[in-house]
Amino acid sequence: MTSKIVVTGLGATTPLGGDVASTWAALLNKESGISTLEQEWVARHQLPVTFAGQAKVPTKDVLAHKEVKRLDPSSQFALVAAREAWADAAIADVAPERIAVEFSTGIGGVWTLLDAYDVLNAGEARHVSPMTVPMLMPNGPAAAVGMEIAARGGVRTAVSACASSTEGIANAIERLRSGLVDVVVAGGSEAAIHPLPIAAFASMHALSRRNDEPQRASRPYDVSRDGFVMGEGGAALILELEEHALARGAKIYAELAGGAVTSDAYHITAPDPEGSGAARAMLQALEMAGAKPEDVVHINAHATSTPVGDIAEYTALKRVFGEHLANIPVSATKAATGHLLGGTGAIEAIFVIKALQERVLPPTINLDAQDPAIELDVVTEPRKLAEGPALAISNSFGFGGHNAVIAFRSYDS
Amino acid sequence: MSHSKDDILAGLAEIINEETSLPVETIELGKSLQDDLDIDSLSMLTIMTDAEKKFGIRFDDNASSTLSTVGDVVDYIANAQA
Repeated sequence: MTSKIVVTGLGATTPLGGDVASTWAALLNKESGISTLEQEWVARHQLPVTFAGQAKVPTKDVLAHKEVKRLDPSSQFALVAAREAWADAAIADVAPERIAVEFSTGIGGVWTLLDAYDVLNAGEARHVSPMTVPMLMPNGPAAAVGMEIAARGGVRTAVSACASSTEGIANAIERLRSGLVDVVVAGGSEAAIHPLPIAAFASMHALSRRNDEPQRASRPYDVSRDGFVMGEGGAALILELEEHALARGAKIYAELAGGAVTSDAYHITAPDPEGSGAARAMLQALEMAGAKPEDVVHINAHATSTPVGDIAEYTALKRVFGEHLANIPVSATKAATGHLLGGTGAIEAIFVIKALQERVLPPTINLDAQDPAIELDVVTEPRKLAEGPALAISNSFGFGGHNAVIAFRSYDS
Repeated sequence: MSHSKDDILAGLAEIINEETSLPVETIELGKSLQDDLDIDSLSMLTIMTDAEKKFGIRFDDNASSTLSTVGDVVDYIANAQA
């Protein structure tokens, strides 16, 4: 029998809070992490979108000066989240060679890259910071996490746009089942609230322009949804084989029961309107979990609040769950956090894990008038989850036709 | 405009403080950059880049290998702006 993989530590810094507890409490309290951007560059560049989900706790408040100085903000978020998760798991006495990292970002060190380009344009090449390369590389967050916990079993970075960290968590299953490592720190981060990504996403009409009501802008499944809202932050999970966790007496949040990755090969940004690739990812994740669609009791949807994306995911959900879909409560938590891009899968994984552990499903805010074309049971108030074994999935899809799905099962210790 | 060695030390101390968060008063001429101030090669290159901008000078490409103390850097800058 295949060994179970369990979650033994959680960490996060998000637009809702500087750690898992405050983020989860704010989510259940129906708070929004979205606000108007006060930075001068918003007006200077005449940005068409003037709001985002900025990290609630600035990293400079919790990291050492040298860490802030030498790490791109995407790596700073990674470090904050991984530190909390590592401390939460209380791991000691694991050989560094048996610890691996799967830590993702969608864009990487965009602040570092563009700041350096500004320096270059303002003067001489020799004024470009020597720290530019290590700070801009997309494996920077993973490397920062690996150095922090002394992980020598391989540090990897799955990059698949907004599917990145869900893919990384799925990859952790393979790492642990290989038998070569005992612990994987998996997660993702993003720090792309910079005028260029905002301008670029706005140019493709992907972002909400509800500038006068930022807290109501991210509204998955609502008839008046008009695009996603950028968020920033990071989240990390500590994953172990069950026997390893039990042997050290670890507390266990949930079981990571399955994970799968598929691709559409359809269009560089548009989702396949048939949803077949997304559906295959869900079915494969369930198959790995030894489960059937009717076993699923909760879905944390990708649901970014774009008109097209929410429909496409719904189509895929119907393919997988059929009639049973009406019985599955769905949460779209980007309504509160915004879209953390490469970090979004990791924070939503944590929401699923907390839901299974605390037996409460998180609400979807801003759903004033549900799109009649999307017949889902959307959770709009915290909802109690019935006792008994429970299986839930989290979906993430990314530009490039990336589909990643992970499945978690409640753990009864 | 050339700076006195006292000015150079004060300016360099600000740069080192910004890079390392070491208090400026602990950055003295006799201190070893690596052993006393724990400045690694990447930080050293960053400090040199910042010093070039601040003092309007240029370090030779292999200069960092010849600089072991704060005083060495002050002298180098003083000579470079002469």
